[in-house]
Formats: sequence, structure tokens, C-alpha cells
Amino acid sequence: MALIQPIKTPPLTTFTVPFVAALAGFFGLFVGIANGSGILGLLVGAVVGAVLAYALVSFVPDKRTGTLISLAIFAVVGLLLAGLSGLVGGAIIGFILGWFTYWLHSGKYRMGVPIYSTPREVLWHNSYKFICGLIFFFLIAPIITVMPLSFNAENFFTFTPGMLALDPEAYSLKHYRDFFGNPDWQQALRNSVQIAPAATLLSVTLGTLAAIGLSQPHVPFRRAIMAILISPMIVPLIISAAGMYFFYSRIGLQGTYVGVVLAHAALGIPFVIITVTATLVGFDDSLTRAAANMGANPVTTFFKVQMPLILPGVISGGLFAFITSFDEVVVVLFVGSAGQKTLPWQMFTGLREQISPTILAVATILVGISILLLTTVELLRRRSERLRGMSPG
Amino acid sequence: MTDATSGPDVNSGPTPDNALREADAAEKKGPMLAADGTPLKKSLMRALRREKLRALMLIAPLLIFVLVTFIAPIADMLFRSVENEIVAETLPRTVVALEDWDYASGEAPDEDVFAAFYVDMVEAEEFKVHTRLGSRLNYETTGISSLFRKSGRGVGRMDTDEYTDAFIDLDPAWEDPAVWMELMAADTTSEILPETNSAWDSWLRILKENDDNVAEEEPEDFLYAMLYRDLTRNSDAVAAYDGPQAALLQAAAEATADIPEVSIKEQFLDIDDDWGDTEVWGTIKAFSPKYTSGYFLSSVDLKLTPDGVEQQPDNQKIYLLLFKRTMFMSLTIMVSCILLGYPVAYLLSNLPMRVSSLLMILVLLPFWTSLLVRTSAWKVLLQQQGVINDILVWVGLVADNNRLVMINNQFGTIVAMTHILLPFMILPLYSVMKTIPPSYVRAAKSLGATPWTAFWRVYFPQSVPGIGAGSILVFILAIGYYITPELVGGTTGTFISNRIAYHISSSLNWGLAAALGTILLVVVLLLYWVYDKIVGIDNVSLG
Repeated sequence: MALIQPIKTPPLTTFTVPFVAALAGFFGLFVGIANGSGILGLLVGAVVGAVLAYALVSFVPDKRTGTLISLAIFAVVGLLLAGLSGLVGGAIIGFILGWFTYWLHSGKYRMGVPIYSTPREVLWHNSYKFICGLIFFFLIAPIITVMPLSFNAENFFTFTPGMLALDPEAYSLKHYRDFFGNPDWQQALRNSVQIAPAATLLSVTLGTLAAIGLSQPHVPFRRAIMAILISPMIVPLIISAAGMYFFYSRIGLQGTYVGVVLAHAALGIPFVIITVTATLVGFDDSLTRAAANMGANPVTTFFKVQMPLILPGVISGGLFAFITSFDEVVVVLFVGSAGQKTLPWQMFTGLREQISPTILAVATILVGISILLLTTVELLRRRSERLRGMSPG
Repeated sequence: MTDATSGPDVNSGPTPDNALREADAAEKKGPMLAADGTPLKKSLMRALRREKLRALMLIAPLLIFVLVTFIAPIADMLFRSVENEIVAETLPRTVVALEDWDYASGEAPDEDVFAAFYVDMVEAEEFKVHTRLGSRLNYETTGISSLFRKSGRGVGRMDTDEYTDAFIDLDPAWEDPAVWMELMAADTTSEILPETNSAWDSWLRILKENDDNVAEEEPEDFLYAMLYRDLTRNSDAVAAYDGPQAALLQAAAEATADIPEVSIKEQFLDIDDDWGDTEVWGTIKAFSPKYTSGYFLSSVDLKLTPDGVEQQPDNQKIYLLLFKRTMFMSLTIMVSCILLGYPVAYLLSNLPMRVSSLLMILVLLPFWTSLLVRTSAWKVLLQQQGVINDILVWVGLVADNNRLVMINNQFGTIVAMTHILLPFMILPLYSVMKTIPPSYVRAAKSLGATPWTAFWRVYFPQSVPGIGAGSILVFILAIGYYITPELVGGTTGTFISNRIAYHISSSLNWGLAAALGTILLVVVLLLYWVYDKIVGIDNVSLG
């Protein structure tokens, strides 16, 4: 739709200049407050913005060059006013102002709306996009912030002046070294790596069998069975943890490796059931019948015909079960003892007692793992849909 | 998005069930026979049964596994929330003796109750269970724990040894365990010497616990005390007794008139004056049944007292406040999730697939990231020396000595949990919005509706199921949260789950933890039932 719209240039002095001035005034307000006078900052910012917009539009028609010029001017001014951090801040402000000027001037701000929209609708549409941007920022910023902080050379949970000045001395790998060298963390990692796969294996094996059973056409009490199997996902973790703690200490499983594995397997089962039954919905039963017709026994049919087709579902269910166990704190906190201290448990105690930013290094590593898992699940989902012919791929 | 629908029943292929129906219809024209000569209907029935059995066999291992590892623990918790056997188990005689005592009389129980209590305490002290009972009753009335501890030390040093000396002075045969064994083995002694007999059973259990031989151990003071009580109270029956050791027993019965009585009640009052306090005895009596509603009453700020159900004193009313706070904060989190999630879901479902799947990563990455990573990120951001405060100070909005307190309070918990639960709102909203055809809104606009009217009257009502599904999901998850409130909640931002954890690991009041958990579970199951009505259990979608 955007292509057929004739892009028309809005009036310079009554549209572009005032808007850029307003945005620049907004930035100026903050700089002004930081330096003692907000009003002065606002006024200076507005004037600078107006001049900038006028100059750029009138003398520099090329968008990229203009943005770079604006960026350079503000970066230099920032450097002179406030040193290195001023350079970075100035460059950002300069870039935003430059980009904003050309965005307004070229008429691209009307791209997403129909040509007959009123100015108010255009304004609303763009504010809406801006708000959505802020929400996405809210979603992702906390996770992004953790990453650079994990390279902090100091034992602080915040950016040091050195880090802001991009001083290489202020960055170090010492928290990663601590993670890989500290016996507590290593023991926790080992426990996590021992517990999660065992729990996953257990829930995937039993879960897949049961999901196949549940997908048969005639299952008595199907709803009730489903409700029982899904229940570990519904019941709040603290209640599961309390119940398991009471019951497992009665039968002597509390504080043992087996106890934790059983508990985690129970928590992972709903995910396996849900993903595998979802895959089986699209499964064509005539395939197994055909295999049986040609003389294959049920076991061969399962491994040669059914399994390869539902494998993506099984694997992504397994990944869900794995991450459930790998991330789980509450249940292991109660069912386990010091000998089963897992990575999340170690993080939990670390956070509660504020020991060291090693937690941030661990967090960064875990974010890396979750990106890996996310990609795998997404690829598997696409493959599964392609196999079932639900999407062209 | 993978949706599990209850599809398998919609099976179009030839199944025994379908064939059976056809056979049923054909029945009227005379029985059809299968290849092996049996009626077709019968053989189809058999096939159907076999198929059902096979499905159940596949499900059975998992079902048993979940029943044992998950359902049984939950059932155990429900049981623990009412179970109260410890009083009746530790003080069996006292519980019976207390039945006749009336708390409203305002007087401490009489000698009989104290005598029963004496024997119970001697046995409990040997098995070291009186301290457990003390701490159990201490949840109800403070001070009982130390009272039981003190009395446990005291029961062995009571003046009841005067009886022992008196009986042995009378006839040294009383010192001989063999005489006691012979006497207690006789059939009629359980009737004429009931308390002694019951005390003897305790004595046998104590000796067995210590691996001692009955024939070698000298009987202890409490046996003589009970013998004295039985002899003075049942003198007629003793006179008529003609079993083994009758002469010895009758001689002792005659001599009891000369032995001065040692009041066991006084002995206990010497150990601690609190034994004269009706509150202590009222508590024991109120909690003597095997099942109690006491834990549930405690979890709604009520109290089971000898007088009946009462309000807790104002300074101990915390649970209703906590339940209200949990509800309030979960609602706030739910509303914030709707406000933040709706625009994003709308944007995602209306953008071209290529752009929206890129933006979807921004939603899915937090969803897949460890809960502790996100909580620690918020801790880093919200601290007084944290990133947000640093930026505010740097910009100049906040003075350096006046940094904002954004963590360890309700604000911190709400912000962090909104962030953590937001994907659970966006994903169901997105999957509902994806199915809303854009043509309705276009039609509304072409009929003259303003964009706002078109959205509010046409689009929004169609997206309400998504809001419902997301809201209930977020609410259910929020009211049971433990980790995040524990780490960023401080004292004002904690949930009921933090209290449950506290009772399990710190105060060890497991019954109360179980009762609080049961209430929470009922609320969640109720909400889940609503969720099932709106969305359906099978339509749970995962990233």
C-alpha cells in the first residue's frame, strides 16, 4: 500500500522545524536539569533543534550524510561539555535528531496509515508505535542490561564510570573466571547437569507413550486422565513443593538425588504431553495401518513409521521438560538438600545474600543457552508444520 | 504456536467402533458372521475392548508415576492440614481423663487427670516425644513448649518415690520384678488394678525400647504410685481377689491407710505453677481430637480455644491481610499485563508475518529466559545503587542523597512480576487476535464508523476471549509465585506463598503451611475451572 502512495513533502517551517524543535527541547530539558537550569536547557534545545532542522533540510538533501553530520556535531559538543560519556550521549541525541528530521521531511511518517487519514490519526498511529516500542524495550532491556554488567571489573551491580567511558581496564572476565573456578558454582553446575537430563529422559519416555495412548480413538476417562496428567503445571509450585516435601520425607526420598529427579520429572510431564498430543493431532493413522498391513509388528511400526514423524514434537516437549527442570528452584529448594544444590538454587542464595556479580556472569551464560533452545524449538516447530503440510515452509 | 485440540476422537478411518454401529444397524436383517464364524458384533466388541485396553496400557505407567510422585504428595498435604494425632498419641490417658473436665469451671483438672498425665509424661519422656508435643501445642498457646521441656526433666524427680519406699518396707517382695510380672499377667488384675496395669504396659514398652529384660529391671516409682491409687480406690475388689500373689496384694491394700498420700497434682504444680492454669489444660483438651480444624482457623486469623472459635489478637492477625495483599497484587499485575500486552499483541497480529516473527523474538526471549536471570536483572536495575537510580541521578531528576526506593517493596514486586508474566498475556492474546478477520473493521469503517468506534465496537469485543484467557493465566501464575516476591518483595511485597515457605522451613508449623497451601490450591483450582470453561484445558499453548 505504501508504494502506491505519492509521498508528499510536508511544509518545512510550519511542520518539520517545530516538531524537531520540540524533540530537541525535550532533550535540552534533561541536559538543562543536569546542569542546573531546566528552562534554559529547554529553550536552548528548541532553538538548536529548529536551526538544525532548517539547515539540514535546506542544505543537505542526502539523508545519510545529513544524519552523520548531525551526529558528529552533537558528539563533538558533548565531548567538549562532558568528556567521553558526553561524546556517547551527544552522538545518540544527534543521531536521533538527524533521523527524526529526515523521517518527517521525507513524509515517511505517513507510511503506515491510509492516505486519507487525518493528521490526528497519523499522530496517534505514530505515538502508538512509539508506545509499543517502549513496551518491547521494557521486555528486553533488563535482559540486555545484565550482559555488559557481567564483564564489570569491579564487584558492583551497576555501570562504573570507567565502563561508561569505555575504558578497557574497567572490563574483565573475572566473574566468568570465578564461575568456572569456584567449587560451589561448579558443584551446582554439575548437579544441574545430572538432574535435568535424568528428569527429562523420564518424563519424555513415559510422556510420549502416554500421549500416544491418549491419542487413540477410544480412551475411557480421557478427560479425567488428562486433568491428572496436566495438574503439575496448574498447581502453584509452592504447593507442589510443600506437598512433595511432606510426602517425600515420609517415604525417605527427601534430600536424595532420586527424589529431586522424580519431582522434576513430574513437573516436566505436562509439557511433553501437550506438545506430543499436539503433534499427534495431525498424525495420519492410516500410515500405521499400512505398515501393519505390510507385515510390520507394532514395535517396528512405532520406531520406523510413527516415531520419525512425531519426533519434532517429542524433542520440543523434551526441551520444555529440560528447561523446566534446569530452571526450577522452588521444588528443589524443599525436596533437595545441600548435596543437590542446583544452579538456580545457587543463584537464589547468591541473590538473597548479595555475594558477588558472578550471578550476572551465570545469568549471561543462561541467556545464551535460552537463545539456543529458543532457536531449536522454533526450527523444530517449522519442521513439524512442514512435515504435516500445515504451512508451505 | 502449537495447539493441542482434543482431536483424536474425530477419527474418520474405519474403527471397530464405527463398524460396530454399522453392525448394529444391520442386526435387524439377521446376525452377521465374522470370518471365524463368531457373530460379527461379538468379535468387533472384542476388538474394541482390546483397543481400549491397549490405550490404557500405554497411559498406565505415566498415570501411576504422576499419581505417586505428584498426586500423593498433594493428598498428603491436604491430609496434614487437618491431621492432629500427636496429642492423642502422646498423651492417650490424659486425653481420656480430660473428657470429664470442664474448661468453663475455671479450675484446673483434678488428681485423676494429673495421675493419667504423670504416666503419659513418664512414657513420653523416655521416648523423647514430649518436646515435639510441646512445640506443637506452643503454636496455639505460647509457653507450653518450655513447660513440657521443664516437666519432662521433672517427672523423674517427683516425691512419688515415697510410695516405692513404703511398699518395699512393707514387703521386700514388691521390689522383685518377677512378682510384678506374675501379678500383671493375671486375668483379673486389669479390672481391679486398671491404672497399674496400663502403667505396666508403658513400662514394658519403655524396657523394650531400651533393650532391657523385664525380669531384671526394678520397677520404677510411677508403678508404685499407680498401685497405691488402685489399692485405695478399689479396696473391695482387691479384698475379693484370689489370683496369684493375692496375700501380698491384700496385705498391701490394708497397709495403704498408713501410707501418707502424695498429691501428684501438687508435684506438678511444684515443677511449674502453669500446670494450675486452665489455659494450658484447655489447649490440650481443645486439640485432643485426631482431626482438627485448628490449622484452617489459624489461616483465617481465627483461633480454636477451649471456649470455641475466637478472633486472634489484633497484633497476630496477618493471614487475612496477606491473602488480601496477594489478591490485590496479583490483580494489579494482571491489569498491568493487560495494559502492556494488548497494544503489543495487536501490533504483532497486524504486522506482516516477516516483521512480526522478528518482533516475536523480543517476546519469546524473556519467556525462555530463566526466571532467576530476570529477577536478578530487576534487582540490578531497581537497587538504590542500581542502574535506573544511577541514570536518574546522572540526568539530574533525583538527588544523589535521595535515591528512589524501588526494591524490597510492593512496587519492585509488581514491576518485576509484570515483566516476568507479560509473555503469558501476550501469547494467548496474539493467538486470539490472529484469528480476527480484518474485514469486519474495514466494513465498520466503510459504513462510517470512526477508527475509535470501529475498534471499540467491532474489534475489541472479538478480542475479549484472549483477554480472559491471558488474565486468568497470569492471575493463576501470580498468586502462587514465590521466588520473585522472596527476592525483591522485602516485607511489604511478600505473598501468601512466602508465608507457606516460612512455615515449612523456619517455624516448622507444617500443619499451618498445609492449611494455607490447601486454601491457595482451592482458589487456583476454582480459577482453573473458570479457565477451562472459557478456553478449554486442551487449548494450552506453548511459545
